[in-house]
Amino acid sequence: MLRIGKLPIAILAGVIIMFPWVARHVTLIEHYTDIMVFAGIYSLITIGLSLLMGYAGQISLGHAAFFGIGAYSSAILTARFGMNPWGCMLIGALLAAVMALLIGTPSLKLKGHYLAMATLAFGIIVFIVFNEETEWTGGPDGMSGIPGLALAGLALDTVEKYYYLVWTIVLGVFIFTCNIIQSRSGRALRAIHVSEAAASAMGVNVARFKVMVFIYSAMLASLAGSLYAHYLNFINPSTFDLFFAIKLLIMISLGGTHSIWGAIIGALLVAFLSFEWLHFFEEFEILVYGAVLLLITIFLPEGLAGLPKIVHGWFRK
Amino acid sequence: MTAQPEHPILTLEGIVKVFGGLTALYKPDCSIPAGTIRSIIGPNGAGKTTLFNIITGVLPPTTGAVSFKGRRIERLKPHTIARQGISRTFQTVELFTNMTVLENVMLGRHPRSRCSMLASGLRLPNSRKEEARIESKARDILKFIGLAPKFDQPAGGLPLGEQKILEIGRALATEPELICLDEPAAGLNETETHVASSLIRAIRERGITVLLVEHDMRVVMNISDEIMVLNHGQKIAEGPPEEIRDDPKVIEAYLGDEDRHA
Amino acid sequence: MDDISLAGQLFQYVITGITVGSIYAMVALGFSIIYNVTEIINFAQGEFVMLGGMVMVAFQMSMGLPLLLAFPTTVAAVTGIGILMDRLAIRPIRRPTVMTLIIATIAASILIKGAAMIVWGKDPLDLPAFSGRNPIHLFGAVIQPQYFWVIGFMLLTVIGLTFFFNRTIIGKAMSACAANPDAASLVGINVKWMILLAFALSAAIGAVAGIVVTPVALMEYDRGAMLAVKAFGAAILGGLGSFPGAILGGLIMGIIESLGAGLISSGYKDAFALIVLLAVLFFKPSGILGNIEISKIKRF
Repeated sequence: MLRIGKLPIAILAGVIIMFPWVARHVTLIEHYTDIMVFAGIYSLITIGLSLLMGYAGQISLGHAAFFGIGAYSSAILTARFGMNPWGCMLIGALLAAVMALLIGTPSLKLKGHYLAMATLAFGIIVFIVFNEETEWTGGPDGMSGIPGLALAGLALDTVEKYYYLVWTIVLGVFIFTCNIIQSRSGRALRAIHVSEAAASAMGVNVARFKVMVFIYSAMLASLAGSLYAHYLNFINPSTFDLFFAIKLLIMISLGGTHSIWGAIIGALLVAFLSFEWLHFFEEFEILVYGAVLLLITIFLPEGLAGLPKIVHGWFRK
Repeated sequence: MTAQPEHPILTLEGIVKVFGGLTALYKPDCSIPAGTIRSIIGPNGAGKTTLFNIITGVLPPTTGAVSFKGRRIERLKPHTIARQGISRTFQTVELFTNMTVLENVMLGRHPRSRCSMLASGLRLPNSRKEEARIESKARDILKFIGLAPKFDQPAGGLPLGEQKILEIGRALATEPELICLDEPAAGLNETETHVASSLIRAIRERGITVLLVEHDMRVVMNISDEIMVLNHGQKIAEGPPEEIRDDPKVIEAYLGDEDRHA
Repeated sequence: MDDISLAGQLFQYVITGITVGSIYAMVALGFSIIYNVTEIINFAQGEFVMLGGMVMVAFQMSMGLPLLLAFPTTVAAVTGIGILMDRLAIRPIRRPTVMTLIIATIAASILIKGAAMIVWGKDPLDLPAFSGRNPIHLFGAVIQPQYFWVIGFMLLTVIGLTFFFNRTIIGKAMSACAANPDAASLVGINVKWMILLAFALSAAIGAVAGIVVTPVALMEYDRGAMLAVKAFGAAILGGLGSFPGAILGGLIMGIIESLGAGLISSGYKDAFALIVLLAVLFFKPSGILGNIEISKIKRF
């Protein structure tokens, strides 16, 4: 039976709560809290993708686009029109949902390579729009002056405060998604992954489920984008390019497609790779990512989340 | 079990299926009374699985009508047909190998349960109750088919005979009125075949109509109420086992097939 | 005077479109070859083109080799990389599923791209045109002589491939593999070698495309991805697995992109090919010359 333990989640919550305090007292890792904000934002995207790709088995290479839609919606509506940021987040998520419905319905009828290419093409088109519609988005130079967030009068203007906001949301989304996986809907998705024919013969509306998961993951990515925009107060199209779409793929593969824990693991690792470990080797960034992805695919196809099973297998021999 | 020809649960009228240049099915009309076991036999390539695929909505017929409990279903999607009360197994076992034995049967409860993704995500009390109901019914089915002790094992790890039984159990979980079994005895040894036959009879005892495609003649002759014989997509004989056994057309269809292979 | 210049402009766009389309066609041919033998879509296909241009720069410009020597040497080098890709990225995969293979070819493509960035940097590089840069004036359009080299090499590639697959034993063996790998191996065809050959051939074609197009459009380390996606669109448009389809799809794609960029918006140039790709995938995934029954049976 697929049971996602309550204890590991409690441990995760504990670690999240303690981390900034630890970081504050160890000079070497003081700036890690900042990196963790990005890791949390990435996690929101990867949790959705894990459900879509890992459990339902549908590939998407276009989620950078939904990340961008959330970011730009929030940016434009708050910086240009002064609207309430939380409301804009919701609007961004709804916009992402509509786009996911429109692009997902025809795309999810496709399989394998065709689906991958369709989502990839969609992602690139959205990126081109961000670059070209300079009047709205500021074009390649990006948009600045995006306001920060405030919760019930308290301005979230320090790294630590933003960290707690992001990770509280991540925890909530993580638990919500775990609940879905362990429910009737989760079984339906897992069934779709293995045999669409059998699933539909057992009454599962395959097309509808695929689109629903796609929309859910798109909304999460959009939410992540909004949080990103309000954190950096500046965005530009290059954040949402093809390379970021591939980074998302690396997060999912590295963490492990078959487990939702992989989503968090992958997001953490890539965040630290990007901002810390490869920081002084920017030239090698692309090469390292390519090598990591290839090695994972060949030697650890179930990602790091699959390690416990492998180690368990060694002991049984 | 008395058959009721005046109230057929499934009728096929004028079904024709053409693939490119090949006519796979040509008007194998029939009318199946509720609560009976009807077998469909015929040499390989006779169109049996195509017929199943049309009944269960996987393929649309080129022309013709399929009526289930008086309603036309030939243009409906498979998941809708499952909700209406028709379930099936597959020629090559299509179990959900990423799930346990119990989870496979619980998935079978899908059309008879309701729970939105939102309610599940929030673990609302209704969703928890529904989940408990699903699990309880699934366990009942596992007991019925005799796989209860293996409930927690990965479905792919079972021996073939038990996999086929599990697939039937999963189909039963949908509470069908008609169940289509595609070669349930294929690849099974003597004991396993016996278990399968008993299960199929037990299913009929529950009032479920069984449509069976099968090559194992002993099984067919033993448990069928009526047999329909297809060859080259057409019906060449129909009747109770005793008639079919002695029908010269049927013998010729099978022997003719053997001649070609000799 | 205005009528001539409009016609001239259109002709200009069409010629440019045919030239660019020839490149798409060659990459699409590469896709089809690998797809036919392995049913894999090689996301790294565009990188071979990029490498063709970059390695040629290394041989011809940095090392000063003459064109006639640098050309085949470059093709050989890139073919070698194609073979390496099969050996290191594809063959080692123990349980090849759709998703794993897609990710493997994507991984290979970023690996190649990353290496190229380290070796050659980020700036676009140029090559001397084969026969000079004196523009040819034809029907009001201004045409670079290199355009004819591009189109010419595309035609040469098509003729070469047709001969190879229809007349040579190895070529026929590859076609057999494509149709039925199990039967092929039963009659003694080494399927693993055929896959290797498919990658080698696709890499070679990509390299040729890269060499002939760099004098026209320059080449930089990250050109590969966009090229691959558009050429995939071309392959699908014409019918995946079909050689005439790859040519037809490539040329149509190139012309649509060129006309779109010229008449509608140059900023959205790349989007036109992508929109065509989506349209084909949504409405007629078997493509113009593809067979719909076959496209349903294919594993992916």
